[in-house]
Amino acid sequence: MSPWRVAGRRFVRNRAAVAGAALVALLVLVAAVGPLCTGDPLAQPDPVRLQDRPPSGAHWLGTDPYSRDVLSRTVSAARVSLGIGVGAALLAVTLGTAVGLAAGVAGRRTDQLLMRGVDVAMALPRIFFLLAVFAVWEQAPPVAVALLIALTGWFQTSRIVRAEVLSLREADFVAAARALGVPEGRIARRHLLPHLAGPIIVSASLDVGNIILLEAGLSYLGLGIRPPTPTWGNMIMDGKDVLFSAPWVALAPGLALILTVVAFNLAGDGLRDALDPKARA
Amino acid sequence: MSAAALAPRTPLLEVRDLAVTFTGPGGVARAVDGVDLTVDEGETVGLVGESGCGKSVTALALLRLIEPPGHIAHGSSVRLEGRDLLALGTKEIRAVRGNHVALVFQEPLSALNPVRRVGAQIAEAIRAHEPVTRATARWRAVELLGTVGIPDAPRRASAYAHQLSGGMRQRVMLAMALACRPKLLLADEPTTALDVTIQAEILELLDGLQRRLGMAVLLITHNLGIVAERTRRVYVMYAGQIVEEAPTERLFAAPAHPYTEGLLAAVPRLDLRRERLRAIPGQVPPADAWPAGCRFHPRCPHAWERCRTELPPLLPVAEGRKARCWLVQEPDRRQA
Repeated sequence: MSPWRVAGRRFVRNRAAVAGAALVALLVLVAAVGPLCTGDPLAQPDPVRLQDRPPSGAHWLGTDPYSRDVLSRTVSAARVSLGIGVGAALLAVTLGTAVGLAAGVAGRRTDQLLMRGVDVAMALPRIFFLLAVFAVWEQAPPVAVALLIALTGWFQTSRIVRAEVLSLREADFVAAARALGVPEGRIARRHLLPHLAGPIIVSASLDVGNIILLEAGLSYLGLGIRPPTPTWGNMIMDGKDVLFSAPWVALAPGLALILTVVAFNLAGDGLRDALDPKARA
Repeated sequence: MSAAALAPRTPLLEVRDLAVTFTGPGGVARAVDGVDLTVDEGETVGLVGESGCGKSVTALALLRLIEPPGHIAHGSSVRLEGRDLLALGTKEIRAVRGNHVALVFQEPLSALNPVRRVGAQIAEAIRAHEPVTRATARWRAVELLGTVGIPDAPRRASAYAHQLSGGMRQRVMLAMALACRPKLLLADEPTTALDVTIQAEILELLDGLQRRLGMAVLLITHNLGIVAERTRRVYVMYAGQIVEEAPTERLFAAPAHPYTEGLLAAVPRLDLRRERLRAIPGQVPPADAWPAGCRFHPRCPHAWERCRTELPPLLPVAEGRKARCWLVQEPDRRQA
């Protein structure tokens, strides 16, 4: 049985992980298909009389202070949040893996250069950096938001990957491959990468949750993706003034946010347990 | 045989003054210190010594597989068919590894990648040196598995290392090493991790393959029994140096170095009734603190002042025999 199938079996036996994965699948489905079924998230049918209406047959999750349908907006925001979360996480992990692998495989000097660079980058406060950039760049498109989040979020992954590579390089099977004359690049791709898949996948899945939270924080502050494009962050901001009179306005995106982050974290933890070679009994 | 032996010719492998140093916080350790050895085409040569005497490091150094903080010292020379391996570029030495000289590791389970199928790993060894398609390499890998005596080779090729027995794994390692028909096989304790019965099987297989492919084997081991049965010549290594070199039968009949004597006396024998196993007193010194003079003198029953201060060179004892011991010059010093 291949190691991947062993990991798959172990993942399936973990109930919390399966629940997390199912929830992730559901969220992705909602983000993909949902906006086609619900109404226009930007429509303001009656800004005067339809303000802050409680949930009803016409508006299942009520309306917000601009009379917009909260359900449409929450579902539409799911697309933005998941898109940025998954996109930025994939990019960040790819970057981190590439740099970590390069540092671990290359000589001492390259390694030192790259890792001291990462040290410096990690010392910079990411959130303030992003705040400053988006305060200046008001019309940043979602792709740019994802890109900047990814570019400032790969450092930890690169360190994890480098540490794994350094210990793997000592492995006998790497020495054996080298003794057979297998080129270094091929050793990195064929012998090291498959072993890194576990930590990389785990790191990516946990990153998604963090990035979604980060993006929500930025848009709550009115930065990054700007209104009227709905994001869970700016929806919560819209609801904070009416938190007591119309709690559904903030509650719907808030719950969606919590559910999403929990789902990705459960799935990520499950993947870690399933893929951790040390737990392999 | 005699005509070929008399004619001057380049040996397959000629190692001169090989030294490997490891720089650590405690200073510099010379794990291998001035090793000379030669292997002729098709010949089986033994390299014997206790753990820590530098035999594995020697094998790795021959293929330039020493990783920092280890370094092969200047002045070392490793010639394969006259070509200086230490002067080759990265690409050129890679073309030698596995292709002309292959290395079989001691522990096959850890030398095989646990997450890759064994067939793919053998195919990789082929594709590292020959421009063949994936399918051809794959087909040859299956064929090689058959050659090393693995039944049901097509199915075994898609197995993972942990699904195979120890003997099977070592057969897979042999298949990888032989993939490109090397002229020289460095076998570093190839059977140490195996059961005694499996050991014999693997050594038989190795013998057969060697005869068929006409390759030379440098058999690195601490097992004198294996050396006695399988090799033509032996080098005995102690504390990073060769201390004795002799044709195998002569070494076993009449060892010239006290260390070799000790090793032979330590082998349990069924034909002599003895109360206890004999051991050489003391231990191999650590590589960063070789004793002054002869490195064996603290453990030697015959040692005298000269041994404590002067390191003996390899002194000729007879035709094809050398020993690093002052007793060669002063045989009267031998204690009864």
